[in-house]
Amino acid sequence: MVQFILRRFLAMLLTLFAVSFVAFAIIQLPPGDFLTSYMASLAAQGDQVDPRVIENLRQQYGLGEPYLVQYWKWFTGILQGNFGQSFEWKRPVWELIWGRIGYSLLIEGMAVIAMWLIALPIGVYAAVRKYSLGDYLATIGGFIGLAIPNFLFALILMYLSFVWFGRTIGGLFSPGFENAHWSLPRIWDFLQHAWIPVLVLATAGTAELIRILRANLLDELKKPYVTTARSKGLPEWKVILKYPVRMALNPLVSTIGWLLPALVSGSVIVSVVMNLPTAGPMLLRSLTTQDMYLAGAIILLLSVLTVIGTLISDILLAWIDPRIRYGSR
Amino acid sequence: MAVDSLDTPVKLAPARPVRESQVALMWRRFKRHRLALVSLWIVAAFYLVALLAEFLAPADPGAYSARYTYAPPQGLHFFARNEDGSWHFGPFVNGYKTEIDPVALRRTFVIDETVRHPVAFFVESEPYRLAGIIPMSVKLFGVTEPRTPLYVLGADRLGRDLLSRLIHGTRISLSIGLAGVTLSLFFGIVIGGFAGYYGGWFDSAVMRVVEFIRSMPTIPLWLGLAAAMPRDWSALQTYFAITIILSLIGWTELARVVRGRFLSLRTEDFVTAAQLDGASTWRIVTRHMVPNFTSHIIAAATLAVPGMILAETALSFLGLGLQAPIVSWGTLLQDAQNIRTLATAPWLLAPGLCVIVVILCFNFFGDGLRDAADPHGR
Amino acid sequence: MTPQTPMVDKPLLKIEDVEIAFSSPDEADIVAVRQVDLTLTAGKTLCLVGESGCGKSVTARAVLRLLDQNASISRGRILFTPPGEETVDIGALKSDSLSMRAIRGNKISMIFQEPMSSLSPVHTIGDQIDEMIMLHEDLKPKEARERTVSLLDQVGIPGPRERADTYPFQLSGGLRQRAMIAMALACTPNLLIADEPTTALDVTTQAQILDLLKKLQDDYGMAMLFITHDLGVVAEIADEVAVMYLGDVVEQGDVFEVFRAPRHPYTQALMRSIPTMARKADRQRLSPIKGTVPSAKDRPQGCAFTSRCPHAFEPCPTVRPERTQVGEGHVARCHLLTQDTTRAEELA
Repeated sequence: MVQFILRRFLAMLLTLFAVSFVAFAIIQLPPGDFLTSYMASLAAQGDQVDPRVIENLRQQYGLGEPYLVQYWKWFTGILQGNFGQSFEWKRPVWELIWGRIGYSLLIEGMAVIAMWLIALPIGVYAAVRKYSLGDYLATIGGFIGLAIPNFLFALILMYLSFVWFGRTIGGLFSPGFENAHWSLPRIWDFLQHAWIPVLVLATAGTAELIRILRANLLDELKKPYVTTARSKGLPEWKVILKYPVRMALNPLVSTIGWLLPALVSGSVIVSVVMNLPTAGPMLLRSLTTQDMYLAGAIILLLSVLTVIGTLISDILLAWIDPRIRYGSR
Repeated sequence: MAVDSLDTPVKLAPARPVRESQVALMWRRFKRHRLALVSLWIVAAFYLVALLAEFLAPADPGAYSARYTYAPPQGLHFFARNEDGSWHFGPFVNGYKTEIDPVALRRTFVIDETVRHPVAFFVESEPYRLAGIIPMSVKLFGVTEPRTPLYVLGADRLGRDLLSRLIHGTRISLSIGLAGVTLSLFFGIVIGGFAGYYGGWFDSAVMRVVEFIRSMPTIPLWLGLAAAMPRDWSALQTYFAITIILSLIGWTELARVVRGRFLSLRTEDFVTAAQLDGASTWRIVTRHMVPNFTSHIIAAATLAVPGMILAETALSFLGLGLQAPIVSWGTLLQDAQNIRTLATAPWLLAPGLCVIVVILCFNFFGDGLRDAADPHGR
Repeated sequence: MTPQTPMVDKPLLKIEDVEIAFSSPDEADIVAVRQVDLTLTAGKTLCLVGESGCGKSVTARAVLRLLDQNASISRGRILFTPPGEETVDIGALKSDSLSMRAIRGNKISMIFQEPMSSLSPVHTIGDQIDEMIMLHEDLKPKEARERTVSLLDQVGIPGPRERADTYPFQLSGGLRQRAMIAMALACTPNLLIADEPTTALDVTTQAQILDLLKKLQDDYGMAMLFITHDLGVVAEIADEVAVMYLGDVVEQGDVFEVFRAPRHPYTQALMRSIPTMARKADRQRLSPIKGTVPSAKDRPQGCAFTSRCPHAFEPCPTVRPERTQVGEGHVARCHLLTQDTTRAEELA
């Protein structure tokens, strides 16, 4: 088990390294280096450009030096917690994004939990009552859930709520709570707002999970150990929950690994539509204004979180499946 | 022990009098999936619309008219009851009248049922070139009286005809899906093929890269790449750039499928037999292996199209994909971003409906193809 | 262990005239088992023999009501009389009812063919046995585990305390089957059903498991319904034998009786298909039974064996032969035994 985690961990470090490289490549893509844009933006606002500041920045980022040197300076800076400077906001990137990344993480984490909470009972029901009305409804709902792009779903929900209830849904807080400190009423206010984006984000994943769970469970229900459990005299619901459902969960846990990238992707665009104070809208804004260090940092952090999430799901899988834990198969 | 699902290639029954090609066999199996077949026809209809966009669209997608801002959909009527109880036959659209919204104090358009503008099929129009090639001067339908409004699906902010824009957007959105998949397929087959056929370090390197790309959240990456496009690029340049950006990530899935098929076929007896016969690598690959997995590739490629369409829509919707003069479902949906606008003009969501229908149909169609390509798999 | 009550008037399990049918949405019902009569008494082993698909497993599962949803016991009774208790008709109980569940595992338990797939791969052996004990007896987890360990010891698993914490895939096939047996015996059942428990094992392990079962039966005094297609195993373990063919019990009786003088043509054919040990020169070709087993759909109205029987005559395809007493506790269903005395002579 330790060896397994260690191996996975090393692989993750390599991936993270590659991720940082890609993020930096994106920073570098727009024509011209960032100082030129920086000076342009300062000049546009009529600010004085202090040549010493410029020279300082040039030193710090290694501009004009080979690509790899620049990358190395940026990368080591990040390791020390320095994500560079946002020239639109004229503040360190980290200050700008940590709160937003936190909300992203929160919303995505809640979406993962929601996915499981919804998919589990429906998937089990659909498999145990195969070809029942509920099963058909779940299948149809699943197909539609997969086909509706989540930003469109968010748009439709917002439209309906505006037309039917005359109120706009969006954001994560009511105006009064936006900048308040965390307190019970604020948490309550947050939950009242958050459930809609969470639900929107969870749809596609839920549909996918139901499909996989149903297929897995249908396979497992036919296995002899289910009959053994019945022959012990266990009540039927306990037979199903303790044995085949438990088994069907194993492959399901590993699906988190590839649901997560889609979820993070989706959250960016849903956040833009629903105007959430998460990383998504800031990423979009920084990209349109070519605020590349900010954009690069957000892309890097979102990818890193995805990779870490995948690692966690791998470890979770190993932990719940003794066959992997003990290195069999 | 779980019984492994048999994944053997399809073997032709020797008794069959006429030797069927892989494709014919696949088609025969595909036809059994009713839903997939219906989906195929719907997808085909959408592509026909894309092909004949200029002929089908009653107006130029860019033609605007400030007089008809957010004019509601007229619909297309074929018969109606006159006031005296008699029936009116023949296609027509209703006219508009303006009303002042007492609450918002805004001018709004309302359908005026008393006015009927006749609509005719195959009407004369300004000369245009169908698909940019065939010169024509006939449209499928249009109003016969000059200067009458025709907004079957309503108008947008600038008074442009949504139906015409939707039809032209269909061309862009569907073609970008195909182009993206074609490009991905090219990369996928070359890279996956080499990896699968030669194996070894190249294979493991390719697989690491594929795993890496697949573990990344795609939208932020796409956004990052799309944002790097110079703003002064022409419509055509952006179109191709977006295609390339989409296939930069899209090739991985196809490469995985190709590699998987290559790996499993490489150890098949008939490949070994061909090698023992002294056939060249090129011949083995093209004559013996490729025909054996074309059906799988077709299925995988079909299933990749909806993802591409969705990605283009999402990028353009966010304003980082295709830009304004180009009409695609994504750029059309950009107009629907504002909820208040949407509340006054809900018909702006029509492109979204197209997206959902096409994606659903492509998924059913692709699932059917996959089942047909691999009758032993699940 | 438990002293046998002298009143043996009621047998432990009496299967009377049971018919089991499988329904499917787009085909006619298939009668997998028709008219099965079996009797089991405490301390004795009844072997149910037959080719695969003849309905022996279905019959055994019907006793525990473990059949699939689409199967139903369409006729007959399964009378179960635990010592000192009232008789219950298992066939009339609901399969997920409380009274049925109180019988399962507690009064009647079962061992399955595949020890690997019949145990949950993600729960430890100990867990799975503890669960059974705690389900039927009011024991604390610790006490249940003590019982589990002693059971594992009893079935000959070395290092039982440590082995209780292992997963099935960490054990060999033989040990797994022993664990399975330990589980089945956990609540000292009155009847043990063993559904081909040795088929998936290699020959030496097979013999050990059979010895173990025999020894445990002596210790616990339980009845055993043993299902197999292996006549060698029958000779080893059975007191009585019932031969099934395509859903019918064609012959039943004391194992020595039946082996010595089989009266049904199918049993006779089976006996002839056993290879005998002989020097090379004296070896004779085995005579396999001609033809193949028809599917239950194509079964004739009368005797199921008609299509392959060398002696078939007029009544065979249409009239179901009666159970005919042919010796002390030895019955067979064949028209030859009732209708045509000359041919019966010839058969005997």
